[in-house]
Amino acid sequence: MAILIIAEHNNQSLKSETHKVVQAATAIGGEITLLVAGANCQAVADEAATIAGVNKVLLADNAVYQHQLAENVAKLVAELGADYSHILAAATTTGKNFLPRVAAMLDVAQISDVIAIESADTFVRPIYAGNAIATVQSADRIKVLTVRPAAFRAAPTGNSAPVEAITGAHDAGVSTFISEELTKSERPELTAARVVISGGRGMQNGENFALLNGIADKLGAAIGASRAAVDAGFVPNDMQVGQTGKIVAPELYIAVGISGAIQHLAGMKDSKVIVAINKDAEAPIFQIADYGLVADLFSVLPELEQQL
Amino acid sequence: MKILVPVKRVIDYNVKVRVKADQSGVDLANVKMALNPFCEIAVEEAVRLKEAGVATEVVVVSIGPAAVQEQLRTALALGADRALHLETELNLDSLQVAKLLANVVADEQPSLVILGKQAIDSDNNQTGQMLAALTGMGQGTFASKVALADGKVQVTREIDGGLQTVALTLPAVVSTDLRLNEPRYASLPNIMKAKKKPLDVKAADSYGVSLSSNVKVLKVSTPATRQGGIKVESVAELVDKLKHEAKVI
Repeated sequence: MAILIIAEHNNQSLKSETHKVVQAATAIGGEITLLVAGANCQAVADEAATIAGVNKVLLADNAVYQHQLAENVAKLVAELGADYSHILAAATTTGKNFLPRVAAMLDVAQISDVIAIESADTFVRPIYAGNAIATVQSADRIKVLTVRPAAFRAAPTGNSAPVEAITGAHDAGVSTFISEELTKSERPELTAARVVISGGRGMQNGENFALLNGIADKLGAAIGASRAAVDAGFVPNDMQVGQTGKIVAPELYIAVGISGAIQHLAGMKDSKVIVAINKDAEAPIFQIADYGLVADLFSVLPELEQQL
Repeated sequence: MKILVPVKRVIDYNVKVRVKADQSGVDLANVKMALNPFCEIAVEEAVRLKEAGVATEVVVVSIGPAAVQEQLRTALALGADRALHLETELNLDSLQVAKLLANVVADEQPSLVILGKQAIDSDNNQTGQMLAALTGMGQGTFASKVALADGKVQVTREIDGGLQTVALTLPAVVSTDLRLNEPRYASLPNIMKAKKKPLDVKAADSYGVSLSSNVKVLKVSTPATRQGGIKVESVAELVDKLKHEAKVI
């Protein structure tokens, strides 16, 4: 068996999701090749070579891959991937964007958001916003999977796999990059943080999210939000945790002023410890919270910050 | 220009689903069904482009049993001009759906295909990308803004770190994210008018696409339930529990 993993990166450094996909791949078993496609991304390939379990790194360094446009990356991956038994990427917006395109080009199905590997052809994935868990078996000649990073540990580093450059550019010529507007944050990334503190509609406005800052600083936490808070314009949408936002599974998840709709729970119910702070004792979030505090968040948050 | 909008009938998003005791699937008997929320956003966007004079015709298509006509009528009531139903009793994978849609695209020759980013039942998030691959079109997935100019579509996409804008040559495929728009409600007169709009039915197997899937569902189970937690009385107690009992801070 030969496994091809497409690395997630920003042309400067590798994202931690890649380590988790490698960990998932080791459960399948077989030679693991990591593909780094980007522009001026030698440093990423060098970093990728240190992940334990990786046998080889392929580096496709070309301007056409700079913004990882699905049309171009999919052409490259579909061509390389024909020789592999498995093709994996993280279930991030990047992986979800190009990998189904690859699968269709190879005329095989894709299994999305895999949370467990049972064998080389049998995988487990959540459906219906995580309210049901499906075990599926694929008879396709190439298994194409996106892997949910929150469901796997990160593979350790300490390896030195060979890096091989591949030449040639695949430009589909139908799409161009215009601009990018990234949210700047000093905090850990939501999907990788050990502690996440999220605010919901109960925060009442965007300014009140500042109440979470001090606590997040003390705990080294990332700040998230419910869809209600995002739709109300309190915070940008890349902070959204849920079925349609990010899926997180930190050691500690603190939900503040969040009622706990099914769609939100889908994004955080695999957290190790869940704390809910809500003034409504009947809020559904309390049904899954390990520790619940029925109180007004505006009096509790400053107190909590002080006691940490 | 013509816009094609594929839509899906799914379980209503407010319904708490139940897994069947024999683990063969989710119990859909007597459960409220609805138009997939992302598909609603796709229909709304297409109708807005028509109202803005950019599009001339909005065609909606759905694949499934006779019941999907209900959702097609909903889409017509929201402003679509005509509907196409590809009838099948089979449960199709995204790949088969994309192959059928590629045939519809070849027949209809739309300038733009707008669909939802994912269906809330299978949570796959694949069909749009696969359709784009099969038709060779560019794809603007997870769109929060769509603008048409000079034979191109500019799509602002919601990505993990923020927003990204790309330009695609037409024809192109766009998949909708939640924040693209707020779908309207169908008014009663429009629901009545929708009953008179054309709805063509074709057999899904008349396209020569193999509808058999290579992916078999072995079982569907209920997720592990969490241990019931406790309620604490004060912040001090909460901090103490997190430090000494849960040992997470």
